[in-house]
Amino acid sequence: MINYEELLNENIRKVKPSGIRKFFDIANEMEDVISLSVGEPDFTTPWHVRAAGIESLEKGRTWYTPNRGFAELRSEISNYYKRRFNVEYSAEKEVLVTVGGSEAIDLCIRSLVSPGDEVLIPQPCFVCYEPMTCLAGGVPVIIETKAEDEFRLTPEQLEEKITDKTKLLILPFPNNPTGAVMKREHLEGIAEVLRKHNIIVLSDEIYAELNYGEERHVSFAEIEGMKEKTVVVNGFSKSYAMTGWRLGYALGPAELIAKMTIVHQYAIMSAPTTAQYAAIEALKNGDEDIEKMRSEYDLRRRLMVSSFRRMGFDCFEPEGAFYVFPCIKNTGLTSDEFCSRLIREKHVAVVPGTAFGESGEGYVRVSYSYSIAHIREALKRIQEFLEDIKK
Amino acid sequence: MDKLISLLYEDSSLSVEELSAMLNESEEDIKKRIEEYKKSGVILGKKTFINWDKVENSGVTALIELKVTPQKETGFDEIAARISEFTEVDTVHLMAADNYDLLVTVRGKSIQDVAMFVSRRLATIDAVQSTATHFLLKRYKENGVELTDEEKDQRSMML
Repeated sequence: MINYEELLNENIRKVKPSGIRKFFDIANEMEDVISLSVGEPDFTTPWHVRAAGIESLEKGRTWYTPNRGFAELRSEISNYYKRRFNVEYSAEKEVLVTVGGSEAIDLCIRSLVSPGDEVLIPQPCFVCYEPMTCLAGGVPVIIETKAEDEFRLTPEQLEEKITDKTKLLILPFPNNPTGAVMKREHLEGIAEVLRKHNIIVLSDEIYAELNYGEERHVSFAEIEGMKEKTVVVNGFSKSYAMTGWRLGYALGPAELIAKMTIVHQYAIMSAPTTAQYAAIEALKNGDEDIEKMRSEYDLRRRLMVSSFRRMGFDCFEPEGAFYVFPCIKNTGLTSDEFCSRLIREKHVAVVPGTAFGESGEGYVRVSYSYSIAHIREALKRIQEFLEDIKK
Repeated sequence: MDKLISLLYEDSSLSVEELSAMLNESEEDIKKRIEEYKKSGVILGKKTFINWDKVENSGVTALIELKVTPQKETGFDEIAARISEFTEVDTVHLMAADNYDLLVTVRGKSIQDVAMFVSRRLATIDAVQSTATHFLLKRYKENGVELTDEEKDQRSMML
């Protein structure tokens, strides 16, 4: 018998399989489960964008693209960041097209983190930063964001965790799972701390277009002096409902993008060609689609927050992404218990906050990437569940 | 268009509470606006949305194109009103079309039933010059709703 465990790379051994899988398996086996658990749009990719992909296939454009992505796509990405977020990047040297935002995150961490380097990760957050840091031999340093700070990273929390080993700060806003956003004044506070240190920021802006406050999303790279310290990660999945196309990008200082391109070139070659053709169309003619989807999400968001509050949950108002993150502590159940019982007893699937870090205990993530009718039915069942608990 | 209208069109069972949350308006304002829409005849009522293809013995539906001579003074209105009075008639629309003017939806027990109604009741009206009857075979989408069996949500659980 071969002991594979012994053969494995020591970093991969450190990465524990996610406990949430068990829960997902229960949900997937259930026939009539009403889910509020997905992390992707319910909209399909706008037709004109799909048509551009189809047209490229009809014309037989099925080859690799340049490693960095098509020049036209890079130039459209550059135009887009200038147009919508007021940050200028050179299409030539500061843009890299990747396989989803996820690959861009991986490339950034792998290119920067050496064994022993510390990576600051505000949690609750998307699940990939911590394992990817471990795989690179880095040390994840968790910063727990708090409900009373509206789940924002505060300058004080940041300052406290910085050491001379700190290499990278992950800035995942708008945030999955909390829906928190960092407004300009909050980013200014973070920038103030970073001016004193030599730390790179990975600003994961994948939900940038799903921002419901009065102020549009502010890219961390727009804050004075921060562009040279920041790698921005974004993509097409959330803003254009293109998750399955697997297309994202990284924007950053030419020297860093060049190194990330080397990793990308050997690991991936180039991002999917069909998806790149579709993405060019999305960037050229898709601003209206973004607005349409955004305003639809906003209606659902309001409906959900108000329903949870009416049920008696403490529910902070999320201003970004498509999740609400109600506090379930007053039920007397843990996040895991709440979710397991809810799915068993009412066949409604929501995700325990602990899936996004220990600090998610006491919370659940509820996605509103569903039709209003679907959301209403699920909320009705959650209400019934609450009444059952109280008995 | 007012989002309140489109939300109510999609689902008339939305409560004032829910509408107020979604549209970020006070419940009083929503109530008041709905009342105004009722008064001005924008909101006419609530009905149950039925997929007739699934109802046994629901009969047949036909679309009838009518070429009509417009009347002095009243144009098409008087004829349209007259046709609307028949209980067999479901909808009456004036069209901008090549070779007909009114499009009428008629429901009846059988094809024969509808054909008889058209020839005896509609074709005999003086101003009606000609009729063309089209029978409906299958409904795929009505009132903005797809009637084919819903596709299962293919999205997988992802964090």
